[in-house]
Amino acid sequence: MGLLAMLLEGEWYDFGDLAEQIEDWGAPDEAAYVLATLVATVVILLWAVLSVLAFIWIERRVVALMQNRKGPNRVGPAGLLQPVADALKLLMKEAITTAGADRILFWAAPIIIFVPTLAIFAIFPWGENMVLADLNVGVLFLLAIAGINTPAVFLAGWSSNNKYALLGSMRTIAMLISYEIIQVLALLAPVLFVSSMRMADIVSWQEDYVWIVLIQPLGLLAYIIAGAVEMNRSPADNAEAESEIVAGYHTEYGGIKFGFFYQGEYLAGFAIAAAVVTLYFGGWTLFGLEEWIPGWSIFLGKLYTIFFIYIWSRGTLPRLRIDQLMGFAWKFLLPLTIANVLIVGAEVLIWRENELSSWEALPAIAVVNLALGVVLFAGWARFLGHGKGTQAASGAILTQEIGTVHFKPAVGTEAGS
Amino acid sequence: MDETGVVIAFWVLAIMTIGSALGVVGARNIIHAVVFLVASFLGLAGLYVTLSADFIAVAQMLIYVGAISILLLFAIVLTPQENRNNSEGFLRLPALALALLVGAVMIFAAVDTEWAIADRDGFEETASAIGDALLDKYALPFEIASVLLLVAVIGSIVLVRPEPMEEDE
Repeated sequence: MGLLAMLLEGEWYDFGDLAEQIEDWGAPDEAAYVLATLVATVVILLWAVLSVLAFIWIERRVVALMQNRKGPNRVGPAGLLQPVADALKLLMKEAITTAGADRILFWAAPIIIFVPTLAIFAIFPWGENMVLADLNVGVLFLLAIAGINTPAVFLAGWSSNNKYALLGSMRTIAMLISYEIIQVLALLAPVLFVSSMRMADIVSWQEDYVWIVLIQPLGLLAYIIAGAVEMNRSPADNAEAESEIVAGYHTEYGGIKFGFFYQGEYLAGFAIAAAVVTLYFGGWTLFGLEEWIPGWSIFLGKLYTIFFIYIWSRGTLPRLRIDQLMGFAWKFLLPLTIANVLIVGAEVLIWRENELSSWEALPAIAVVNLALGVVLFAGWARFLGHGKGTQAASGAILTQEIGTVHFKPAVGTEAGS
Repeated sequence: MDETGVVIAFWVLAIMTIGSALGVVGARNIIHAVVFLVASFLGLAGLYVTLSADFIAVAQMLIYVGAISILLLFAIVLTPQENRNNSEGFLRLPALALALLVGAVMIFAAVDTEWAIADRDGFEETASAIGDALLDKYALPFEIASVLLLVAVIGSIVLVRPEPMEEDE
């Protein structure tokens, strides 16, 4: 009876209410922690699996529409059961282990990639007080979990005993590490504004003042691009560039082991989208609408909208070459994000030192950051030699070092490296 | 919640840390040794969590699990195959003796020291406390460390610069 009433009267996810309820039943205090954690974990797991299944269908249909195809349309009405059929196929397929593979690591790698990605969702506030682990180092935790995936990718590539898998994993690691730096620098700016790494604090700051996207357009752009690399999505899916390295680090994986990689990639995508929503778009708040409809539905709506941008970019943009992608990180995004951090630091300092009210400071910061963002972006691109109409083809010369490509600039320009 | 949970967590994490550390020296395949080392780092991060040092714990995950392990893996992959595995060397017994000696010294120090117990509570937020300390009390060492890192970055760029190619226009 008590449980049913609690479910119906809302706020059932509020830990305080749950603890009171459990105390009423005479259970020890610990039970509330255990129950809350169990319920939240199961709900997140279910949500993750169902969302991935749904988005496999949505993504294939949407990308097909964009490319003037039909997409999956045979299994079930409008192909709705296609992801279920795919999942069944993956489960039924023989899980082949290649000859000479390191058996234990070969099996462990997909799981090591999948499980930490799930843990990311614990730190996002899904609604008011609706967070599994409100860490005071939440932003750092997000980055640390992304870092755990990097050695796992290497293990997958190395244990396969396949040249292409090893090359693919090396390439993925290079990409992940480079763009991790971009992520750290981009996420530093919201943390500087809020002066807290706790996700709930960041959301409530945005509720009090303004969505950080308005004062951080450059940082958001850098983070979204770095996120596309992190989740291994076109235009940055060089990890599985079929025309170059077969399928990258999961070349040898089939069946449910591949399914884990696939799900892990989707979940990483959702995690990046959730981070964008929480850090830049106000999390579960929407201008007072959260009073009327539950916060988690706003959060999910925003999350899926951001994720749709990634689907969109996958449907429209071509894949970059690996050296272009690395050069973009180190030569373009890294200086821009460092400049961005300096600008934000100066702004926060001026704001605090002069004790300006937020109504004076924030509009000025928004205008200055947008203007500086555009100027920096265009100016730095011009400095690197783009946009002058001199993009003559430059010949790539393979040097002796494996994988190094040296660009001879075209005659009469300073373009290229 | 406090006592039993933390004690269980401590023992699980301690066994994980020490067990994997033993695996590092025991494993024949050196890639397996690195995997054990990563597990040991993770266990250590968990121990930091039980000590309420959450910033250090996450930094441990970010730096050791995410970055140092990659450094080790790259170093191994770039080493010739024949020198790669944990083979039996002639230094086996001296190393064992030395390790036992170091262990004995550490255990003696841990048991013999009269540990001072601080009479104040832990920090509410370790991250901001560490930030304050780094930029206030320890500003000079912090800056020196950042200059050192800058030198390392510039040095690595100089090392990997390709030889200037001949102009054959």
